[in-house]
Amino acid sequence: MKRVIFSVVSTIVGLVALLSFKSQNHATVGAALPSAGLGASSSPAPGASSSPAPGANPAPASSTAGEPSSAASTPASASKTFDGSAVQTRYGTVQAAVTVLGSKITNVSFLQLSANDGRSADINSQAAPLLLQETLSAQSSNINTISGATFTSEGYLQSLQSALDQAGIK
Amino acid sequence: MTQRSATNIDLVPRPTTLRRVEHCMGTVFSIEIGAPGCDPLVVEDVIRWLHWVDATFSTYQADSQLSRLGRGELGIDDCAPEVDEILTRCQLLETETSGYFSARAAGRLDPSGLVKGWAIQRASDLLTAAGSANHCVNGGGDVHCAGTAAGGGPWRVGIADPLQRGQLVAVVAGSDIAVATSGNAERGAHIINPHDRTSPIAIASVTLVGHELGATDAYATAAFAMGEDATAWIDTLAGYRGLVVFADGRQWASADFAR
Repeated sequence: MKRVIFSVVSTIVGLVALLSFKSQNHATVGAALPSAGLGASSSPAPGASSSPAPGANPAPASSTAGEPSSAASTPASASKTFDGSAVQTRYGTVQAAVTVLGSKITNVSFLQLSANDGRSADINSQAAPLLLQETLSAQSSNINTISGATFTSEGYLQSLQSALDQAGIK
Repeated sequence: MTQRSATNIDLVPRPTTLRRVEHCMGTVFSIEIGAPGCDPLVVEDVIRWLHWVDATFSTYQADSQLSRLGRGELGIDDCAPEVDEILTRCQLLETETSGYFSARAAGRLDPSGLVKGWAIQRASDLLTAAGSANHCVNGGGDVHCAGTAAGGGPWRVGIADPLQRGQLVAVVAGSDIAVATSGNAERGAHIINPHDRTSPIAIASVTLVGHELGATDAYATAAFAMGEDATAWIDTLAGYRGLVVFADGRQWASADFAR
């Protein structure tokens, strides 16, 4: 008998992936952008981030990562949100933000997600929620990489990496 | 101050020496290089290699050598030696797979089922030759991992669920492993059974785990083309383990798949 033991990755409980921008062709900012979190208790409300407004240059890494202004009065376990740099891809502009609690990402959201054409918009509409979920799934099971990934991961991952760098994660 | 340091320590889960992401071949390549790292110029060589492969073998670019060869504008001797290398290997694979892998699966010349995995494998080999013992090269979901992940453990490769976006069906862990997944989930029915020129519909994805990604990728493509017969064939492949997800949600895996 074949005994197949999968390391099945559990579904993220409370995962929020908003699939609400299928018909949009151009840059979307605000409530329609997808975000995903690991349970409501650890996810700040949308807009609770202290990060700069979309489109603004993120604060220099040193001031963001090294000495958060709230560090002195905030418990070490408090969530912090970091913005990635906006990344131009041939499919459009991508800018992500991550919320970190301790060493865990608890929330991922897009500050900018534009598409150069209808096809890219279509890809984004499918890929963005997938990428959000993949990030959280991968983290929860300590995955290094994924076999079967998709197109727009580049812009997203670079943007995410940028955010992680600012958060002091290398 | 102490508190701040502690916070920063918490924020270092996995040190990575270098991560490079590159658009190429209509998809995304992700290169992660761990300690001891390698000369950054070698990484640029790897990127140039991938783009050279794209320019030479692209079936989307009308002026690639492969496209011109397919139209009869070039002879094989007019092409880079790698073109002959690939097409010769495709012939061999066609024999090995009873014709289920073919560089002319849909009629026109298209060795893509071998080219991407081969290119990734060679990229990984370039890094190894340059002293990088531990790295992972992922090209649009086909992966070669060398050595160990950060922290010294095996690389952990999540296998995407072809039926549920964002979910994983399994995790494969290992050092020096090649993981290739073939399926129609991302780009439509592009994998063709060369025998009847149709795309199998009963099967959603085939993942194979081997050591050399060129063959692993081509075998995964062949297995997908076999449809329901894929599982029996995978069981006959020495040195490979596989996972098949069927369109109705059934899953089949080699006995040692997730070892």
